[in-house]
Amino acid sequence: MLNYILRRVAYVLPIALGVSIVCFALVHLVPGEIVDAIVPADAPPEVVEQMTRDYGFDQPLPVQYALWLFKAVQGDLGVSLVSGRPVAAEIAKAFANTFVLAVAAALLGFTLGMVLGGIAGYVQGTIWDRLVTGLAVTGVSLPHYWLGIVLVIVFSAQLNWLPAIGAGPAGSTEWRLDWAHLRHMILPAVTLAAIPLGIIARTTRAVVAEILNQEYVETLRAKGLGEGRILVHVIKNAAPTVLAVMGLQFGYLLGGSILVETVFSWPGTGFLMNTAILQRDLPLLQGTILVLALFFVTLNFAVDILQTLLDPRIRRG
Amino acid sequence: MLRRQTRAWLGGLALAASLASGTASAETVLRIGMTAADIPLTTGQADQGSEGLRFMGYTVYESLIQWDLSSFEEASELIPALAESWAVDPEDDQRWIFTIRQGAKFHDGSEFTAHDAIWNFEKILNPDAPQYDPKQAAQGRGRIPTVESYAALDDYTLEIRTSIPEAFLPYQLAWIVNSSPRRWEELGGDWDAFAYQPSGTGPWMLETFVPRERAELVRNPDYWDADRIAKTDRVVLLPLPEANSRVAALRSGQVDWIEAPPPDAVPSLEAAGFQIVTNVYPHNWQWHFSRIEGSPWNDERVRKAANLALDRDSLLVLLGGLMQPAKGMVPVSSPWFGEPAFDVRYDPAAAKELLAEAGYGPDNPVQVKALISASGSGQMQPVPMNEFIQQSLGEVGIEVELIVVEWNTLLSIWRAGAKDPMSQGGHSVNVSYFSQDPFTALVRHLDSTLVNPNGTNWGWYQEDEMDALFTTARTTFDPVEQNAVVAEIHERFVDEALFLFVAHDLNPRALAPKVKGFVQAQNWYQDLTPVTIEE
Repeated sequence: MLNYILRRVAYVLPIALGVSIVCFALVHLVPGEIVDAIVPADAPPEVVEQMTRDYGFDQPLPVQYALWLFKAVQGDLGVSLVSGRPVAAEIAKAFANTFVLAVAAALLGFTLGMVLGGIAGYVQGTIWDRLVTGLAVTGVSLPHYWLGIVLVIVFSAQLNWLPAIGAGPAGSTEWRLDWAHLRHMILPAVTLAAIPLGIIARTTRAVVAEILNQEYVETLRAKGLGEGRILVHVIKNAAPTVLAVMGLQFGYLLGGSILVETVFSWPGTGFLMNTAILQRDLPLLQGTILVLALFFVTLNFAVDILQTLLDPRIRRG
Repeated sequence: MLRRQTRAWLGGLALAASLASGTASAETVLRIGMTAADIPLTTGQADQGSEGLRFMGYTVYESLIQWDLSSFEEASELIPALAESWAVDPEDDQRWIFTIRQGAKFHDGSEFTAHDAIWNFEKILNPDAPQYDPKQAAQGRGRIPTVESYAALDDYTLEIRTSIPEAFLPYQLAWIVNSSPRRWEELGGDWDAFAYQPSGTGPWMLETFVPRERAELVRNPDYWDADRIAKTDRVVLLPLPEANSRVAALRSGQVDWIEAPPPDAVPSLEAAGFQIVTNVYPHNWQWHFSRIEGSPWNDERVRKAANLALDRDSLLVLLGGLMQPAKGMVPVSSPWFGEPAFDVRYDPAAAKELLAEAGYGPDNPVQVKALISASGSGQMQPVPMNEFIQQSLGEVGIEVELIVVEWNTLLSIWRAGAKDPMSQGGHSVNVSYFSQDPFTALVRHLDSTLVNPNGTNWGWYQEDEMDALFTTARTTFDPVEQNAVVAEIHERFVDEALFLFVAHDLNPRALAPKVKGFVQAQNWYQDLTPVTIEE
């Protein structure tokens, strides 16, 4: 097991380094000067040059990369070009907001997805199965920003039941667990839950249906085990696959959704990244992409390890 | 009996308490959904373009000279602010004297003097000054390119010297706002700390600010101009860059005012009782022609033909009425419009005649490439508008190939100039222009010295006669005479059809019915002080 983990770690390090190079290089491919983000569009060239020097963008790219990486490994992602605030602090604050939204969407999507998918798998071929499958396909196929806009039109603009924007009421500086904040979360959480709900429901349905057709389930039934005990075996065997999918889905949710967070002006990582793109805030954009990319690398690593713990066949393979 | 009296007392107390709380909750609040993605810089020279200055620059801070934002009907003019008066030295046209207003106080209670004006110049012009702030310098330094030196002759007399005779200086100084040196010193000379506890002299004071989420301004009760003491207690600024989110926030009652509602939402907002306020202002949406060798726009007949081929009234319908058809570089109501001889109108027959005269025809169409963006600040609806132009011009025999690039890339192209490979051989660039003063409206586009890398004369237009007119304007210090020279320049812009004049934006904003008293000035900036909230 230790060998397996070490081998996986050995894969992770070059991937992380590669990711950092891509993050750094991608944003430098955009035409124009980097300091364009902070100087007025018609600023005279001496102002642009002065700013380029002030922010160290006159250094050769490899030097800039080395400096950036050296600081990044120490947790310093520089300061936002536009706001002057530390990028790491900006990301941490945004991530906290994305996290609460992701947890809410995951609770909603995963619970409903597993229950509905499990039922559909058990009653395969019936009208209930078709209903759940239809719902799952709809959830996966709907563009979630569109769903978000429709929910806002109905529940905010028309019915005036729920707020359309923001993470909390006026005067709130951070998220708290109370109704005033929860009501801001309902529409974005429902919107974000649609896709994971569909995916988890479809996965659970497929896995449960497959397991139920396996010979050992026949054997269990032949030995006279009750449906409850059989269900425990089914859940145990379905868990690794569903868990892997859930892990990745939760990862996607934690990664933040640019579109959904923008539609609801939810101050999470997706909204932050959108802001960074709109404002061409290079350090903020680099930092956000790097953190999110490393987050996915770590997440895949964690899911791999978790899967091997649950299913020893993978480790042996 | 006693019990009854006690009850009566208690009842009275409860009533008093409820009245008191009623008074406390009666605070009037104006909540504004901005198009910006973040709260503009709060330290002084705001970023985020004109919107930043509109909501954070000229609310909390003030310049020596400001725009008069009180009129809907008249084009805005410069009026005294922290400087009561100013004049160029009759003996030396590179020396200006400003008389500083007495009694104007920063929010920290200290008085604004000529020494503070100097401290603020140093803040953006002198990289060796302890208060030098690169972020504010980036916003302000380029606005006062000819300010060479400054001195306080006494507490209330300021001398500014310019590197060349510069009659546009008052316009330039309207950009430069003043932060409090005392507050900066109290906070240990830390601009990041100042950002959270800023101090200016403006009619509003910043109370709280959560980056990327919200800024709250409260009335400055000690503001020096009693006529402009804010009528609303508090203004909340919310960055809402997504247009549909702004509309949803307004409709659901989360904000009372939104900037730039999308045109297709305007009819339904009006039907729901919201106020749509518009006014013409110094915004210009045009094609800036390339004048380098080989550009078909070098022929005046082709330029005029394009201007006559465009059916602006149909474009007006396309935009739901939210534009003013352009007759020139500035709106007709501008004091700089003048009396051009060439009438910018829709006349396709005349356009075809001009093209035939220039040697073009059905078998030999004019072929041009136009650089445009897919979106962008002030760009209105660039893709449908440019497709409309493409169609209009195509009908008279000007074939247009549209090159669509990302907005920031288009800005980089604009700075790089028509000769740069970034411009991909484009024959025009479509960057909407701020045209509030003679320099931004006219000079910067065609001054021969402002070609790349010195400025934004994108098309490399270089004509001695035009340069001479620019010099005359910049050395005419009497404002009325200066306006006459600028009008003469503008007449030339129109008579030689130096641009494809298309539209002026109407700067729409949507307000809840309870928002009263707002006067939308013909300006990029607006005054929030007369606004009231009437529930």
